Amino acid sequence: MTHIFEIPLYPYERSVDQDSAEPAHHQVVVVGAGPIGLATAIDLAQQDVPVLVLDENDRVSWGSRAVCYAKRPLEILDRLGCGDKFVEKGVQWNMGKVFFEDRQVYSFDLLPEEGHKRPAFINLQQYYLEQYLVERLRDLQAEGKPIELRGKSRVTKVAQSGERVDLTVETPEGPYTLSADWLIPCDGAASPIRALLGLDFVGRVFEDNFLIADVVMQADFPTERWFWFDPPFNKGQSALLHKQPDNVWRIDLQLGWDIDREKEKQPENVIPRLKAMLGEDVDFELEWVSIYTFQCRRMEKFRHGRVLFAGDAAHQVSPFGARGANSGLQDTDNLCWKLKLVIDGKAPAALLDTYDDERILAADENILNSSRATDFITPKSAMSRTFRDAVLQLSEKAAFARPLVNSGRLSVPSTYDGSQLNGADCEKMPRRSRPGSPASDAPLGEAWLLDQLGNNFQLLGINVDLPASIEIEGISVASLCLTTAAGEQSLLAERYLGEAAQAVYLIRPDQHIAARFESYSEAAITQALRTAIGQRVKEVAQ
Amino acid sequence: MTIASAKLEIKPNIIDPDGFYNELLNAHEGLSEAQSTALNARLVLILANHIGARDVLSEAFRLAKAAGTPS
Ligand SMILES: Cc1cc2nc3c(=O)[nH]c(=O)nc-3n(C[C@H](O)[C@H](O)[C@H](O)COP(=O)(O)OP(=O)(O)OC[C@H]3O[C@@H](n4cnc5c(N)ncnc54)[C@H](O)[C@@H]3O)c2cc1C
Repeated sequence: MTHIFEIPLYPYERSVDQDSAEPAHHQVVVVGAGPIGLATAIDLAQQDVPVLVLDENDRVSWGSRAVCYAKRPLEILDRLGCGDKFVEKGVQWNMGKVFFEDRQVYSFDLLPEEGHKRPAFINLQQYYLEQYLVERLRDLQAEGKPIELRGKSRVTKVAQSGERVDLTVETPEGPYTLSADWLIPCDGAASPIRALLGLDFVGRVFEDNFLIADVVMQADFPTERWFWFDPPFNKGQSALLHKQPDNVWRIDLQLGWDIDREKEKQPENVIPRLKAMLGEDVDFELEWVSIYTFQCRRMEKFRHGRVLFAGDAAHQVSPFGARGANSGLQDTDNLCWKLKLVIDGKAPAALLDTYDDERILAADENILNSSRATDFITPKSAMSRTFRDAVLQLSEKAAFARPLVNSGRLSVPSTYDGSQLNGADCEKMPRRSRPGSPASDAPLGEAWLLDQLGNNFQLLGINVDLPASIEIEGISVASLCLTTAAGEQSLLAERYLGEAAQAVYLIRPDQHIAARFESYSEAAITQALRTAIGQRVKEVAQ
Repeated sequence: MTIASAKLEIKPNIIDPDGFYNELLNAHEGLSEAQSTALNARLVLILANHIGARDVLSEAFRLAKAAGTPS
């Protein structure tokens, strides 16, 4: 069988730009067709912003990468038009087990909150995510949306001068040059664009190696996340087992720092380790084996004039907590509507500085969580190991110790508290829906709230009459009016009304809440919208 | 869960100081240094959870550090 990761999905083709006398000019160029670059391009094309994606490769990513996606990125994929495929293929799970030494110390149920269209988590190989995004891109092309993807097109030079960015692209038929109004590098943790622009990427390397293997096996392990600390089959280290579709299982084995990486990767060394873990009589086949060292770091700023970094190029975390692709998708969610408004001349360029503010806040949250998990898994000193083991011993006997066990705090979206884009708040309403927070889903009979939100500024009115649509600053804001009368929609009331009898929410195109009020006033909404499009933000000198 | 902010109790609060101290030492009787360290770690965690209030715990950390630093 040919695997999806072996097929050129976007093989090199000569483009007209290569034969043009003058360098061709594009509105937006995205570098990298990983999950983040593809999501960026899809988001922009959906809004009719012409976008060109360049990737040095021509297929989905190689090796063991993301497996675990949280609810918020699934909601973003819904907005990008490919959530269903993804969720249908993915494996849903809620149960986890924690083992210490030779025994299970406890198990947990994620107990996802009810009343959300999307599950708390699904597991899916990253190559499927990328494949579905490429398919979505093709569908948009078929609809005539202005989106193009060029394979075997490596960006080798970048220069930014005032109003534009110049690029050199290397292809199998030689180089050509391009220019763009905006450049979005989504070129991964090793970001060549970042290096070409001489930008920093500082942080912390964790002195540890992890053997990451994807194995194909017919095994009756349940669909649960199993995490071992100091198991007999990997003494002094940790291990993880997690299910993916197609009978593929993700296995992480911590190896320690002083190892011979090449030797550890050889099947004759990997197979006995896996047999010790899975049982001598379990038949399996290796799909991938890699050895990773993890880091947590970020760029000081993601915006550099007309160059806007997103995804791993902008920030990198260890995979404990599944925050890499998850947070990268949230970057694009935050960036694309802002760029669209700036391109259309409806918002000041300073709006793009709030991409920095909001997503750096999120990156720091992710780095903090992921560093803490890594410190728990890889104790740095004898005393940190003593406490770690004490927590694990106690977790078997006493529930209080279980929240201290940290094998990765699974990704949750950031609330942009303190963002300059946040407007008025109303104390009577629930904290979870305060300005800056991502709107919570809620069932509306057979439908879902989040399916009705996003892509544009909107007013959500609950138990209140609103004009069908208003126009502010050339931006049209449509209304969605709902009622919670007669005990219907109790989750909507719980998540959006709290102690208020009625509510008006101004919601951003990325489904984050901009402001909320108890009653409608056009003047107040106008002010909140102006705030939400950055009219009060002072642009940082570039 | 909300825990009212409180102050660390630094006045004597244990009714039977000698008996308590004796029990503490007895708990470590016959343990190797590593086992004792592990026991202390478990005790710290149990007691910290019992206190719960984060500001009280922070104050306890400060006091413990300061008391071990010659002034
Ligand atoms: C073992 C492991 C487990 C993980 N688990 C999870 C998880 O469970 N959940 C999660 O959310 N994340 C996880 N991650 C992280 C996730 O894989 C990354 O965050 C994600 O791939 C980032 O996507 P990206 O698009 O930013 O970058 P990449 O996927 O790295 O894509 C970068 C793209 O840029 C292209 N490129 C690079 N340079 C150039 C150039 N000069 N010109 C043109 N193109 C270029 C590359 O070909 C590539 O296609 C895991 C990572 C690892 C290693």
